[in-house]
Amino acid sequence: MSTPWQAVGARGSVSIRRARTYGFVFLAAGLFIFLLFARGLPAVQTTTFVLHPGGASQALPIPDLTLPSQTTLYILALLCVFLGGWQLARGFRRVNLVLGIIAGAFVIAFLTWAASGKSFNLTGLLNSALLRAVPIALAGLSGVLCERCAVINIAIEGMMLTGAFTAALMGSVAANVWKWPAPASLTFGLISALMAGALLGLLLAVLAVRFKVDQIIAGTAINILATGITSFLSARILSEFQYLNNPGIFRPVSLPLLSKIPIIGPVFFEQNILVYVLFILLAAVHIMLFYTRWGLRTRAVGEHPRAADTLGVNVFRTRYINVTLGGMVAGLAGAFLILGSVGRFDELMTAGKGFIGLAAMIFGKWTPFGAFGAALIFGFADALQTKLAILAVPIPSQFLLMAPYLVTMIVLAGVIGEAIPPAADGQPYEKQ
Amino acid sequence: MAPVLELRGITKRFPGVLANDHISLTVEEGEIHALLGENGAGKTTLMNILYGLYRPDEGEIYVRGRRAEIRQPNDAINLGIGMVHQHFMLVPVFTVAENVMLGVESIRAGIFLDREDAVRRIRQISEQYGLGVDPHAYIKTLPVGIQQRVEIIKLLYRQADILILDEPTAVLTPQEVEELFKILRSLASQGKSIIFITHKLKEVMAIADRITVLRNGRVVGTTTPAKTSEEQLAAMMVGREVLLRVEKRPAQPGEPVLRVENLQVFDDRGNLAVRGVSFEVRAGEVLGVAGVQGNGQTELVQALTGLRPAAGGRIFILDKDMTTASPRAILERGVAHVPEDRQKDGLVLSFPVADNLVLNTYYLPPFAQRGVMDREVILATAERRVREFDVRTPSVLTPVSSLSGGNQQKVIVAREFSRPIRLLIASQPTRGLDVGSIEYIHRRIVEKRDEGCAVLLVSPELDEVMNLSDRIAVMYEGQIQAILPAETATKEEIGLLMAGVRKEEVRATAG
Repeated sequence: MSTPWQAVGARGSVSIRRARTYGFVFLAAGLFIFLLFARGLPAVQTTTFVLHPGGASQALPIPDLTLPSQTTLYILALLCVFLGGWQLARGFRRVNLVLGIIAGAFVIAFLTWAASGKSFNLTGLLNSALLRAVPIALAGLSGVLCERCAVINIAIEGMMLTGAFTAALMGSVAANVWKWPAPASLTFGLISALMAGALLGLLLAVLAVRFKVDQIIAGTAINILATGITSFLSARILSEFQYLNNPGIFRPVSLPLLSKIPIIGPVFFEQNILVYVLFILLAAVHIMLFYTRWGLRTRAVGEHPRAADTLGVNVFRTRYINVTLGGMVAGLAGAFLILGSVGRFDELMTAGKGFIGLAAMIFGKWTPFGAFGAALIFGFADALQTKLAILAVPIPSQFLLMAPYLVTMIVLAGVIGEAIPPAADGQPYEKQ
Repeated sequence: MAPVLELRGITKRFPGVLANDHISLTVEEGEIHALLGENGAGKTTLMNILYGLYRPDEGEIYVRGRRAEIRQPNDAINLGIGMVHQHFMLVPVFTVAENVMLGVESIRAGIFLDREDAVRRIRQISEQYGLGVDPHAYIKTLPVGIQQRVEIIKLLYRQADILILDEPTAVLTPQEVEELFKILRSLASQGKSIIFITHKLKEVMAIADRITVLRNGRVVGTTTPAKTSEEQLAAMMVGREVLLRVEKRPAQPGEPVLRVENLQVFDDRGNLAVRGVSFEVRAGEVLGVAGVQGNGQTELVQALTGLRPAAGGRIFILDKDMTTASPRAILERGVAHVPEDRQKDGLVLSFPVADNLVLNTYYLPPFAQRGVMDREVILATAERRVREFDVRTPSVLTPVSSLSGGNQQKVIVAREFSRPIRLLIASQPTRGLDVGSIEYIHRRIVEKRDEGCAVLLVSPELDEVMNLSDRIAVMYEGQIQAILPAETATKEEIGLLMAGVRKEEVRATAG
């Protein structure tokens, strides 16, 4: 029998160094929890996690979780130290999974410490994390659609912005000028946003496929175009006529039965319709990519377009279709920011979410659910930072802002080394 | 009975070139028909026309006696014509089944891929022709020889009965070539017709039923292996008598010029590609490195020429430790390098011939004085070198990109051989070249050896290594399996070593 260490050793000293680094990171996490969180707390204090979101939620009531703060922290610190020691001594086969556990333990430890002596609404935090993850996940999904057929789409940011603007304007026009009822006007705004995204997607496809423009430059151009146009029109139209920037929002819809499940129900199944659209899209794209002819051909075009071409697959058509679809999904991400969230457009309101979506796509190894998982981590980090500000934690707010991102970055750095993009990613295809 | 395939008067013009000049050709059912010719003779153009990648300017194609219009690969596929490309058209991260079914997917329940149906049909084909391919395996895990069989399965899966194989043996070990030939014979005996494109004479003699030789876009003649010889075929290909074996005197080895001790080198992905090799090359001898491509030869040469850092071990050139020396320091020590990829590493394609001839000496007198290049000297020298090394170019100011592969290689040879050198490192010096150019390059390398230069020759072409070398080192998975004297080494022995069989076992099988 070969131990995992030997298996790692056969691949060369680089892997060994990497495996060892993991071990030390795990140990450091344990020591950090012990020294900085656990030791400073009074022994009798408890932390209360509220598990019901409150308000009108249909979730079945369950009691709050009250933990003795210091004991919990000692246990978590021990867990980290034990896993680190095991990694150094024997090595784990699935080290990324262990890294995830450590990161999770660290976050729980952090929350236990921060909310020590107070009560903290965990379900509310998770709910907020999901809402912040949705646009990022949609952006990531847009990236998956484009990059699986080897077109790099860094214009997602611009497509989102345009989608958001279009949703706000057209939704408002339908609601406040034509006086349509809410569901119809919102749907009209949504479809307009999808069309706007699709148009920009088509533009990117024409530039990248037909004219073989460098895809980074084409994407940047579209981003600049979108920023300029939406800012200009927003200043000229939306701020002049406030009723054109008031489309309303999709109200949350509780799914019967599912929404009653404690914790999971209020987080996933008491959301607005756009969140459910995301869930459906994730499953649909996953099945399409890996179990249908369209998916096989898309992936072949992304990996080895010449091979696909010699077998009669139309490389150009595949790329046109996928990038246009990708644009549409980016438009949906933008529409969510308006119709599923704040209900009004502000200049540059996407604030980099399109790019974070691309990072989520890479972190998720170019798969829909991977991108969604990564988006949840980013969304969680974002939500945590706002909630912690309310708790009045005794550390400088700047560090507070940093902490969740630090965790994210450690996880990212651990996994990103293995990410392999589609082989032909970013390369224009030339017929012979 | 009408032939399976008949080409009549196919003509294809490219700007300034007549690639195919009224080519006529017939292929019978169950025949292995070799299409022999130098690079640029028009073989590939002809096959691309047949496969629908180009349209002919004139001429007609008949398939099973009926006039065929082939506008795109799909038309060819529908007519039962399939092609195994020189560079495999396989998606490495897909399974065999996925690669084979791509484009003609089996579907169940309206939209879902039916992988099991594809797997079943691949198994059946694999058994019928003795291919031994696992449909569930991922392409990237398969050796090149098996990947090639996957390409053949792709064609059979589409019910092709005319198979075109473009230079199929270029990437195979001698044993894999034998396996391939067995498969081809099995296919032919079951009624498939095979067009075998190559410039290798030995293979043509071994496998073909009929041979058509092309030169400068024209058919020179059609013959059979029984009626001809390698020498005659070579003369038909080149248009003059060719020396197939290099004439060389026994080596006069002198002092060691290159000494390598336990060298280790990482590849781009951080894996050890060269795992502790030691050898020396003496003045006046050729050490050949044989091995299937991708067994560390590339990284070895890059480390020796300073293009890639060594991870361990030491390199001595003329008794000086050059392990960490820069490429310029190494070439100034008298090392010449003919790189494996001449277009990527050997030339600046957009530069004129003259500039490429001084790429490593431009900063030295007489080409530069006090940091300013002297164009006149450079041009005059270029004129002389072009004549001396017989580089066919319209002028020394022509960009090398517009030269043929053979002439590009001559530019590199002219540049490297005109300096006073003590060590020549030649990596695949005749890759992709035609018989005439190969003969020329080989003669030059032997001349250098006879002048007392040490030569390290790396090549996956076993014939080349055996022809030129005085000693042969066989590389497998980053290690040197054995170093054999060239006079006594046999092709079988080296082939086994290349495939990873250990030296003691080789001796046991041979003995």
